[in-house]
Amino acid sequence: MANKTNIFKHFYLLLVLLFTSVSVFAYEPQEKDKVVESAPASKHNENVEESKKFNAGELIIGHITDAHDWHIAGEGEHSIALPLPVILYSKERGLSIFLSSKFQHGHKTYNGYKLEKNHIVAVEEMDVVDAHEATIDEEVTNGLWDISITKNVLAMFVSFALMLWMFISAAKMYKRNPGQAPKGMQGLLEPLIIFVRDDIAKSAIGEKKYKKYLPFLLTVFFFIWINNLLGLIPVIPGGANVTGNIAIGLVLAAVVFVITLITANKHYWRHIFAMPGVPIGVLVLLTPIEIFGMFLKPFVLMIRLFANMLAGHIIALSFFSLIFIFAEMSTGLGWGVGVFSVAFTIFMGMLELLVAFLQAYVFTLLAAMYFGSAIDEGHDMHNHQDDHDHDRNF
Amino acid sequence: MELVKPEFGLIFWMVISFGLIMLILKKFAWKPILNMLHEREASIQNALDSAEKAKEEMKALQSNNEKILADARNERDQLLKDAREIREKMIADAKGIATKEGERMLSAARENIQNEKMAAITELKNQVASLSIEIAEKILKSELSSDEKQKSLVNTLLKDVNLN
Repeated sequence: MANKTNIFKHFYLLLVLLFTSVSVFAYEPQEKDKVVESAPASKHNENVEESKKFNAGELIIGHITDAHDWHIAGEGEHSIALPLPVILYSKERGLSIFLSSKFQHGHKTYNGYKLEKNHIVAVEEMDVVDAHEATIDEEVTNGLWDISITKNVLAMFVSFALMLWMFISAAKMYKRNPGQAPKGMQGLLEPLIIFVRDDIAKSAIGEKKYKKYLPFLLTVFFFIWINNLLGLIPVIPGGANVTGNIAIGLVLAAVVFVITLITANKHYWRHIFAMPGVPIGVLVLLTPIEIFGMFLKPFVLMIRLFANMLAGHIIALSFFSLIFIFAEMSTGLGWGVGVFSVAFTIFMGMLELLVAFLQAYVFTLLAAMYFGSAIDEGHDMHNHQDDHDHDRNF
Repeated sequence: MELVKPEFGLIFWMVISFGLIMLILKKFAWKPILNMLHEREASIQNALDSAEKAKEEMKALQSNNEKILADARNERDQLLKDAREIREKMIADAKGIATKEGERMLSAARENIQNEKMAAITELKNQVASLSIEIAEKILKSELSSDEKQKSLVNTLLKDVNLN
C-alpha cells in the first residue's frame, strides 16, 4: 500500500513538473513526506507528529509563508534544503549569526534560540538541547530583532541580481549601438519600458512631470513582475512567495505614500483639508474622509498585491492538496481527482502568468495615478473624475 | 494571522535593497536607456519630419513646375497670338502702302505721260513748223530757180492781181 501510494505520488509529481509551472511544485517534497507518512500511519505510531493525517491547510500555510531554509528536495529529516543565515540581535545577548541548519529542522536549540513554527524565539538554555524541551525566554524574545536572510529575502536578492544583470546589460547595449534597432535583451525589455513610460507614467502623471517618477515606476513594475514570475517557477531560485508577502507590499506602498506626500503640491493639500467649492458644514464630514482616503490608497495598494498573489499560490496549492486528500480515501479516487486537479492547475498557471503581469501593471498604474493626483494643477472637476477612476479600478 | 503580520526582517532587507537597487538602476540603467530611447525617438521623428518636409517640397516644386509650364504655355500662346496679329497687321499695312504707292506711281506716270505728250505735241508742232518752212523754202527755191519761172510766177501773180 505504501509502496503503491509512493509510486502513484512520484508519477504525479513528474506529471506536475512536466506540465505546469505553478509555485506549488517548489514544495512538493514536503507534500510527499506528509502523505507518505499518512499512509503507513497505522503501522508505526512512535512519533505523533509524523503519523497525523494529511493536513492541507497546514501544508498551504507552510508553503506561502517565509522560511529560514530553502527546501530543494527530499523528505522529512533527510530532505535537502539550502540553509540560510540567521541574523539575530537582542539587547541582552547582542548580535548572533549562524546558519539555520544548526536548528536541525527545528529539533534542536542553538546559541539560546530555537525555531518555533518557523519563527525564531529565544530560550533559556544556551547549550544545544532538544527544542521541544527548551523553555522560551519571553523577555528576550520580545526584544529580539530578527533580520535573517530568509527564503523571501534571498529570493528578493536573486530577483534584484536578475534585474541588475538584465537592465545594466541592456543599458550597455544601448550605449554600444546608439540609435540602432534593439537586439536580444534590449528587444525584450524595450517594449515594456516604453509601455511603462507611455501608458503608465505619461498618461497618469502627465507629459510635463512624469520623468521624475519614472525610475521608481520602472523599478517597481519590473520588481513586482519578475518576482511574480519567479514565484511561478517551482524550483530554486524561484518558488518563493515574495510579492504575496505583506511586508513587501507594505514597503512598496509606503514608498508610494512617501513619494506622494513629498511631491504633493498646494492643490493636493487644499483638496484634502478644504475641498474648494464645498460649504463648511459638508467640509466637516468630507475632510476626515479625505484624510482617511489619503492613507487608504496606499493601504489598498498593499492589500491588492498581497492578496492577489497569495490567492494565486493558495489556489494552485489547494488543487494539489485535493489529489492527496482524495488519495488518502482511495488510490483510484486520487487518480481521478488528479486528472482534474492537474488540468485546473495548468489553467490556473496560465491565469497566474497573466495575473503576474496584471498586478505589476495595476500597482504601477495606481502608484502613477496617486503621483499624478498629487501634482495635478487642473481644475476641480477633473480631479474628482480622477478619484472616481481610482475607485473603479480593480 | 501570521500571513497579514509583516515581518521586521523582510521589511528591513526590502527597504535597504529596494532603495539600493533603485539608485543603482536609476544611474546605470534607467537613465542611459531612457536617454537613448529618447534620442532614438527624436532621430526617428526627425527623419519622418524631414521626409514629410521633402515630400512637401517636392509637391511645392511640382506645383511650381506646373505653374512655370502653364506660364510658358500661356506665354507661347500669347507670342503666337501676337505674331499672328503682327503678321496680319504687317500684311494689312503692306497692302495699304502698296496700294498708295501704286496709286502714287500711277498718278505720277499719268502726269509724266501728260507731260511727255505735251512735250511731244510741242515738238511735233515745232517740227511741223520747221518742216513747213523748209518745204516752203524748197518750193520757193524751185519756183524761183529760173528766170522764166520767175517771170511766169510774176505773170500768174500779176494775172491774179486785177487792177480793178
